[in-house]
Amino acid sequence: MLTELSGWAIAAVAALGVLSVAAGVAVFVVDSMARATFALLASFLAVAGILLALDLVYLAVVTALMMTIEMAIMAVFMIMFMMNPAGLMPMTMVHNAKGSAVTGAGAFVVLVAGIWTIDWPTRNTSRPADSTRQLGEAIMGSHMLVMLVIGIGLFATILAGTVLATARGRYDRLGPGLDAQRPDDPVAGGLPR
Amino acid sequence: MPEQTLAEVWGLVPAVLGIVAVGLVLGVVVAAVDRVVVLGASRAAVEPIRFGARLLVEQRRTMLAPDRLLWRIGCVAVPTLALLSLAVVPVGGRTLWSTSADLVWFNAMEALLWAAVWLVGWGPNAVHALTGGYRFLAQGLAYELPLMFALITAGLAAGSLRTTDILATQENLWFVVTMPVAFVVFVASAAAFAFWGPFAAPAGPDIAGGVASELSGVDRLLVEAGRAVFLGASAAMAAALFLGGDSGPWLPGPLWHLLKTLAVVAALVWVGRRMPVLRPDRTVEVGWMVLVPLTLLQALVVAVLVLNGFYA
Repeated sequence: MLTELSGWAIAAVAALGVLSVAAGVAVFVVDSMARATFALLASFLAVAGILLALDLVYLAVVTALMMTIEMAIMAVFMIMFMMNPAGLMPMTMVHNAKGSAVTGAGAFVVLVAGIWTIDWPTRNTSRPADSTRQLGEAIMGSHMLVMLVIGIGLFATILAGTVLATARGRYDRLGPGLDAQRPDDPVAGGLPR
Repeated sequence: MPEQTLAEVWGLVPAVLGIVAVGLVLGVVVAAVDRVVVLGASRAAVEPIRFGARLLVEQRRTMLAPDRLLWRIGCVAVPTLALLSLAVVPVGGRTLWSTSADLVWFNAMEALLWAAVWLVGWGPNAVHALTGGYRFLAQGLAYELPLMFALITAGLAAGSLRTTDILATQENLWFVVTMPVAFVVFVASAAAFAFWGPFAAPAGPDIAGGVASELSGVDRLLVEAGRAVFLGASAAMAAALFLGGDSGPWLPGPLWHLLKTLAVVAALVWVGRRMPVLRPDRTVEVGWMVLVPLTLLQALVVAVLVLNGFYA
């Protein structure tokens, strides 16, 4: 696979890989929640850059898109729910240092051993003109049923999680008989109701 | 059939410089039209440049214990992302580089802008700026999904996420005819991503200027220029995605695209400056209860038309 890439692409993959790892390390070194969040985002963006260098444009931009939104929302919630609300006091992302170090080192060894010992398949056909279409067909083509079931399962999980987490249910909003004309909400939503 | 990109035709460096120049001109045009709408026509074209030059030489203020690294990153990222989003907007019928996922690229740049503006609010270690940054993120939750559906509707009709393919599909009929809701949502979300016009609550006077309150000198120039460039780039993108881009009689194609972009800029600024600022807590419910179903219905209508071979 590497031999198909141009020299520039290999250099870019190597540089972005180092950047990604460095940013990943920074997550656990910096002492501010905002810096940790954005170091993690930088690490993800470097991975997106690697995908771009491998000419997997759709995967690259979707990675950048999803991870950015995720990190932005994470910044809101993590800083909002911290004991020092603005997150301006020094903090650390490291918990259970010894246990996580052992787990991390173990996972690293397993993955590296796997990468170097597995007999990876080689490509026999020529590269497709549109890798986005190929990816879509590979994911959705014969696995549509699986994807639908997983999708419904995930959606049910989201709904169930929200129902369990919400403090105010419909009886709080609409009264014991669920017959109130207007829901009793602490913040008006903007629609006239 | 991928057409040639600007980078292939002109060479990479001239093409990049050309796109940056187009972006800056669009930014100045947006600022000038804004001045005309707000103050009247006197010196409208000169005013943004004069203001920019003044900011360039202004001394930079600072706060106690700012997060300088993240602050600078945020300020530089705003104009950079605005210019990067222009890379997939057709200029003269060609994009700077053409990928199989142009629309997703554009959307990703908007999402990164979302994070960058929060950094601008976080960096100075000041309460009003931080409040504005959080307001911007909260407001973003209201229009991010409708924007995605609006973008994907245009891609759905063309059967491609490539902007040049979307242009080619509109030769007979502009997309705005069959997808007016997507067009309006796209333009409104563009204004919201630049926290401008009715979506300016993150920089509102009730929080002393919000995210922009502690910006001075070059920092303020970068952020304000980035907002203007992003509005201009979005107007050009709206003209390409929904108004047929460079299609039109008599005049050459690029001129048509320019005219349509200017029309969108004028309409955006004129309407935007006449609307009151929307409170973020009042836009979230509207976004989720009204705009998401509306844009989904819009996508459904377009999907049925695609199945009937309407766009073929």
